Amino acid sequence: MIKSIIFWLLAMLLAPFFSAVILKIKAFFGGKKGPPLLINYYTLIKLFKKGSVYSTSTTFIFKMGPMVSLCSAVTVLLFLPIAGHAPVVSFDGDVIFILYLMGLGRFFTIAAAMDTASPFEGMGAAREAYFPIICEATMFMILVLFYKLTGELSLATYFSGSQPAGLWHVAGAPLLFVSMAFFIILLTENSRVPVDDPATHLELTMIHEVMVLDHSGPDLALIELGSFIKLFFFSTFVARLICPFDMGNSVFNTAMFGAALLLVYVAAGITESVMARYRMDRVPRFVLTSFALAFFATVITLEFVK
Amino acid sequence: METSFSEIINGQAIARNQIPHLSFDDFRQGALKVVESGGKVVQFFGYTDGNTDKLMAVLRTDKLLAAGCDAPEAYLSLTSQCEPFHLFEREIAEQFGIRPKDHPWLKMVRYHPNYCGKKDVFGNDYTKDIPGNYDYYSVEGEEVHEVAVGPVHAGVIEPGHFRFNCIGERVFHLEIQLGYQHRGIEPLLLTADVKRLPVIGDSIAGDTTVGHGVSMAQAIEALTGTSPDASARIIRTIGLELERIANHIGDLGALSGDVAFLPPANYFGRIRGDFLNMTLLICGNRLGKGFVRPGGVRFSIDRDISRILMERINELEPQIKHVLDLLLLTPSVLARFEGCGAVSNNDAEKLGLVGPAGRACGISYDARRCFPTEHYGDIDIPENAKPTGDVYARTKIRAEEVMQSIGIIKSLLSRPIETQCVDFEKFGLASDLAPSSFVVTVNEAWRGEISHCLITDANGRIMRYKIKGPSFHNWNGLAMSLRDTGISDFPLNNKSFNLSYCGFDL
Repeated sequence: MIKSIIFWLLAMLLAPFFSAVILKIKAFFGGKKGPPLLINYYTLIKLFKKGSVYSTSTTFIFKMGPMVSLCSAVTVLLFLPIAGHAPVVSFDGDVIFILYLMGLGRFFTIAAAMDTASPFEGMGAAREAYFPIICEATMFMILVLFYKLTGELSLATYFSGSQPAGLWHVAGAPLLFVSMAFFIILLTENSRVPVDDPATHLELTMIHEVMVLDHSGPDLALIELGSFIKLFFFSTFVARLICPFDMGNSVFNTAMFGAALLLVYVAAGITESVMARYRMDRVPRFVLTSFALAFFATVITLEFVK
Repeated sequence: METSFSEIINGQAIARNQIPHLSFDDFRQGALKVVESGGKVVQFFGYTDGNTDKLMAVLRTDKLLAAGCDAPEAYLSLTSQCEPFHLFEREIAEQFGIRPKDHPWLKMVRYHPNYCGKKDVFGNDYTKDIPGNYDYYSVEGEEVHEVAVGPVHAGVIEPGHFRFNCIGERVFHLEIQLGYQHRGIEPLLLTADVKRLPVIGDSIAGDTTVGHGVSMAQAIEALTGTSPDASARIIRTIGLELERIANHIGDLGALSGDVAFLPPANYFGRIRGDFLNMTLLICGNRLGKGFVRPGGVRFSIDRDISRILMERINELEPQIKHVLDLLLLTPSVLARFEGCGAVSNNDAEKLGLVGPAGRACGISYDARRCFPTEHYGDIDIPENAKPTGDVYARTKIRAEEVMQSIGIIKSLLSRPIETQCVDFEKFGLASDLAPSSFVVTVNEAWRGEISHCLITDANGRIMRYKIKGPSFHNWNGLAMSLRDTGISDFPLNNKSFNLSYCGFDL
């Protein structure tokens, strides 16, 4: 239990570091040196030192948004088996709880954006509400698959210990699709290229960034921290899927998990470097690809894995 | 074609009495006839001669045509019959209080009181701050909404107000309201000391310093009867082409950045700097300020500089080709560029688009080829027009022009260049401006056609200095390109035009 809590704390602490890896990779492809690997910590410290500015047209909802979105991200992390260790909290059916907890976080981000009454933020909110709907369909399709394979609905059963390896053994080919589908969800949910551009300053093309334009200082820091943790959460999924082995030794396991996690972040960075983002109306097709993959995987499993 | 307008020559002064002074009706008929049969408006402006307000129009077909008339109090607008006069008539109404009747969208251009103290055509009170209490295109209905952007933007760019009429993510129409950078350059040029003219000319639009500098220098040279030597003309041509390359490269990088494809954005960002540094090497600053002066240039390109320039260009040329390939052969980039923000050839003709934006819509007009000045008469500028009018076409035109310009500079550098630099300390006009004269200059700057027009009075003082930059035509092209396009594609389209705010606001 103590170990689980330590890993939970470590995950929150290290999430900003891993996000900076993406920046480094992008800088490398662009022929630049890039920011230091600790840049996100500097940014957070800088933001926490500042004051917040609130528009007179906003209400308490606007101030709640960042808090709720960070809390939901932190809570969700409690359920996550990190490096094969048992999660801090777990119960049967927690997967669905987690999905909607993240939905709650998103709801408040959107509500806070609408609260500013800015047309940009309204547009961003509409986009932010639209794309995750497709992601949710994919997630449930994957859940159906995992439920079929394990007979349980909890993250702990899927990802702790040598479980993932067992899953690969039972249904290797479908899991290949699932890994890809998860990677697409990772890019979508965390507003990465080719869905969104986290680096742009052009309000009209933003999805997630535009919703947080009016937040400043500590509020913005909370949002940033929340998004680092969210990215870490999804990356852990993919990392465990592509590196499902259990070495029997906690230190080895943790090191291997760290390497796999780094690989996922590097892959995200490379994806961002080698392609342009999609046109807004083409994004749903891209996200639907993940659904198609998950659907196919599930159909195969239902038919052939008895 | 029979016309009441008379032919004039680019950059040559003529006496004002040689320009036909028509009755307004003849003027109107003549102008409409030329433009309706495919001519374009280069200049159409008002000026005050003694106590009377007059109008002057310079049109172009395959030659330049000019005529003037006395301005009526109000007149039946030319725009109601022929679209290319649209913005010119609004400008005349704003500057001289002359009302065009039946104008489809009579709205101020830059928001300032008129020059002659007449009653304001738009009924504005200019003692108040800009209130924005003027009409915009409006849409009504369910699910229809308006998005207002600017005049203060998220990036460090110039101010302009953009009003989108949208249904969901789709744009019905975009209306662009400028004027926030209005400095009153045209009236300033009438009162400023003559020594300051080139300095002001350099500052009309910072990214087109050489373009405006050359246009002004040619006009003043024509009126003073001086002419720069052949080498000075070559150096000016090199200056213009360096400016073209630097800006086109910058735009190509920015286009890449706008679709979140970072490698070319970074490389082109650096290469743009390399070209700006070539201008720095020649004249001591990266933007070409103080490079060109009436009578010649202030800085020569000696053998050393020529050699360094050649070395740098030879080093950069393969790099540019390589990055262009990276940009234009990446499928995800093409998916964004192709078919995005297309302006039809018909619309482009009616708006009178110029420069790369016009050539991307199949209008091959290039002032370097059609009305050559400086050294362009001896250079073969190929016709380069794309039929599609989309972001890809505008990108491709820029990419090709960069390579052409590199070729031009290399061929010019291989010639011996020796010129007598114009001395800054003693700068002044060698002789007075010719009295009662008229001159118009047309040049192809990197953004397109720049035209300066000078009219002097009987004492040889400047009576009217009219400046028209390419953005004056092209802003409406950007508005058209957004029709039925996703609002999230606006930044990409905006960048593909990359128009000037201060060059428009003057």
